[in-house]
Amino acid sequence: MIVPVHHVTGLTTVVRERLLPISGSVVARIQQKVSAGDVVAETRWAREHALLDIAHALKISPVAADALIKCQVGDRIKAETEIARGKGIFPRTVTAPRDGRVVAVGGGQVLMEVGESKMQLRAGLPGTVVEVIPERGVVIQASGGLVQGVWGNGRIDTGLLVNLMDGPETVLAPGRLDVSMRGSIILGGIIKSPEILQALAELPARGLIASSMLPALLPKAREMKFPVLLTDGFGSVPMNSLAYKLLSTNIKRELSLNAENYDRYSGAHPEVFIPLPTSSEPPLADDFRELAPGVQVRMLRPPAMGMVGSVVSIKPGLTTLPSGMRAPSAEVKLENDETVIVPLVNMEVVG
Amino acid sequence: MPTSLVTGNSLLAIDVGASTTRAVLFDVIEGEYRFVASGVAPSTVEAPFKDVSEGARNAIQSLQNILQKTLLDSTRSLIVPSQPNGTGVDSLVVTISAGPAIKTIVVGLLKDISLETARRLTESVYTKIMDTISLGDTRKPQQQIDSILRARPDMVVIAGGTDGGASRSLQKLLDPIGLASYLLPEEKRPAVLFAGNAKMATEVQSLVGSFASSVHFSHNIRPSLDVEDLDPAGLELAQMFINIRKKQLKGLDSLDLWAGGHTLPTSYATGRMVRFLADVYGSKKGLLSVDLGSSAAAIAAGFAKKSVLKVFPQFGIGEYLTSLTAHTSLEDILRWCPLDIPTSVALDYLYQKALHPATIAATPEDLALAQAVATQSLFLAMQATQSDFPKDAAYIKQTLTPLFDPIIAGGSVLSDVSSPGRSLLLLLNSVQPVGISTVILDQNNLMPMLGAAASQNSILPVQVIESGAFLSVGTVIAPVVSARYGQSILKAKITYSTGAESVVDLKYGFLETVPLATGEAARITIQVGRGVNIGFGSGRGVKNMSIAGGTLGIIFDGRGRPLDLPGDPVRRRELIKKWNWALGGG
Repeated sequence: MIVPVHHVTGLTTVVRERLLPISGSVVARIQQKVSAGDVVAETRWAREHALLDIAHALKISPVAADALIKCQVGDRIKAETEIARGKGIFPRTVTAPRDGRVVAVGGGQVLMEVGESKMQLRAGLPGTVVEVIPERGVVIQASGGLVQGVWGNGRIDTGLLVNLMDGPETVLAPGRLDVSMRGSIILGGIIKSPEILQALAELPARGLIASSMLPALLPKAREMKFPVLLTDGFGSVPMNSLAYKLLSTNIKRELSLNAENYDRYSGAHPEVFIPLPTSSEPPLADDFRELAPGVQVRMLRPPAMGMVGSVVSIKPGLTTLPSGMRAPSAEVKLENDETVIVPLVNMEVVG
Repeated sequence: MPTSLVTGNSLLAIDVGASTTRAVLFDVIEGEYRFVASGVAPSTVEAPFKDVSEGARNAIQSLQNILQKTLLDSTRSLIVPSQPNGTGVDSLVVTISAGPAIKTIVVGLLKDISLETARRLTESVYTKIMDTISLGDTRKPQQQIDSILRARPDMVVIAGGTDGGASRSLQKLLDPIGLASYLLPEEKRPAVLFAGNAKMATEVQSLVGSFASSVHFSHNIRPSLDVEDLDPAGLELAQMFINIRKKQLKGLDSLDLWAGGHTLPTSYATGRMVRFLADVYGSKKGLLSVDLGSSAAAIAAGFAKKSVLKVFPQFGIGEYLTSLTAHTSLEDILRWCPLDIPTSVALDYLYQKALHPATIAATPEDLALAQAVATQSLFLAMQATQSDFPKDAAYIKQTLTPLFDPIIAGGSVLSDVSSPGRSLLLLLNSVQPVGISTVILDQNNLMPMLGAAASQNSILPVQVIESGAFLSVGTVIAPVVSARYGQSILKAKITYSTGAESVVDLKYGFLETVPLATGEAARITIQVGRGVNIGFGSGRGVKNMSIAGGTLGIIFDGRGRPLDLPGDPVRRRELIKKWNWALGGG
């Protein structure tokens, strides 16, 4: 059985597409070395529109109104600029309600984009631009350590990693934070109180890597200006030992935290990237692998949720589980030397 | 040996679900169509695979291994038609429920009439309604445009205007749609379905046609104020759904090519099968199909003059589970749980399961929680469908579900045959059937496949249904009654074909079962107390009625309707455990 791989690896080559959601201009060049915070593409977009019904305002037909409209598609217009003027001794006028850009004219109406803002797309990880996708973005290649997460709040930043975990099961207490951690990315274990997020925002921190978080805190985590990444899930799930080991041995190293939203269809994962100097390019990480004896796996459901182990054997046929359900299963030796029977669908390959 | 005119062809059906892809072979055996075997593989719609055809090939491969028959060639393409050397199949049909819910804007002239009808049509496939626009909308046109742009709809469904009626008002609603579509990048523009006043077709084409990815027209779904006709538009919508999916999901176009265009949404194919069965069996009662899967909860019901099809992605037990709390409380989920589980644990469960929808419950505690979530999800889906059941259907009480017979249950949770009692309790708690109904588990999820096959071969579904490919759980007798706990409400005498007899004295609040094996029939005489109704009128029983058996035999549900669970959590959990035991569960 071929299964997806959840990446937690000390050294690999990653290739990441970074794309604008709408078309814009790409500012990075091919083969350019970029750092995580560099802008690689940018665009402008408007959240709002203003529809001006010229014909109605001037009390004339749409065809007649079209002839009086003074702007064209693409024109940038300041607020109060006259858009159309009627006829007569005391002509009525229509002016632009706000600064904006004309996007459609016709049928006696003018549609403007207003409230435009600039959107900048950052590289997200330090590496080399290996492909430019015109008007949309770039493809970046980099080598280093990689820890994928399961949830992110959509933010990106870089910073030095500070460890506040004593072990994979640490619950982070607000008292552990102090001003010396300002501008750092915090490795923080299980998050159970909103005060942690508040304290991190006040420092301010550059990011938070946590193993899990109570679902009730997710709305607040989404509001944070710094990236928040969960490595293992929701509630009180400890950090998987592979991620803990890799992260806790890279303390004081600068890393990139791209807490983009997980998208099961595109494959976008929040991830921590640890840039490492390499003499030669390490192999690309496999996206999927055969589930077979010896393969390292992570448990996704109780009873050993979050634990890492290795497959001992794939059981033939269907196995009856303690729940009474029957499913194709494998015998797995956990890191605590316990051997358990796990349905194949309840584990994923890690590495 | 039975004789038949069938000289027929083999047919392979593939159902691509969010978690599982199935390949099922139907072939002629001894002159009649039969379900031969089923191959299963994990679906590959999601990253890193991102190719639905891969999961389909794996499912066919699994089927090949079971049958020891070659279906795929050396390039892993389906061999179709079958070859003289016995390899391949003669035809293929595909159904699909996998993929993100289709983001849809629903537009109707009048909020309570055409908009409601358009909403009902939209809910017959896997959609998420992002916004609705009607004449009663108080927003300015630019606000509607902004809302449409934020939603980035895949599809816009428009209804309105009775045939021959006014057309001007509709134009006002179409302006924002046309402008918003124009502003979207070309590859992001929505497909538009217009199912309103036929006279408006030209105008719709000119207002939105050049800015939509495609424009489709169908018969008016509300031709007059008191007539609703969703069927022709339903097929058009189903085809639009498949076209959108083909753009979204790699590999579906190759499956559709193999199938010669016979690809349907799973829900639509199930609905078609329910309509077909309702027509064939022509019972006064309705026929109900419930399907609870990862991608959605789907309810399909067939009545003499009307069919109902509702798909609720928000009540699916997969990736949308985190939004379940927007529709219900954690306490209401946990009321179905026999174990004392804190609400915080239930909330963690919803989020964790949404992260890994294909995972299954391995421990008894996890299973208890999973069953509670599934029960509440299906309960909510039934509640949301209740108002769509026709008023002239057979009811014991209009506020309860109509009389249904049979009730067919499918989907990953319900069709698990390792514990039919567990599936049945989930069904009894969520659907809360009334009167006398046979309950059937669609263990191989054949309903949509047969619905899809019906377009290719109308004999196949009938012969497969009658061949025993479904698992009969038994006949449920659920009286409508309000009484004291422990009070006798119904007495029944079951006479087996051997002449042996069994007697039941059903007490209020209890579940009882009487064995009657699958394929066997018995005669039943039921006496009920005053105020007790099993579908023959209040206080009226039945004499010597033929009754069918099943895995659990005859099931008497004396818990009353609507099911009123005790407020005391300890007492409630005790009762749920007892009911589990009564149906053979742990």
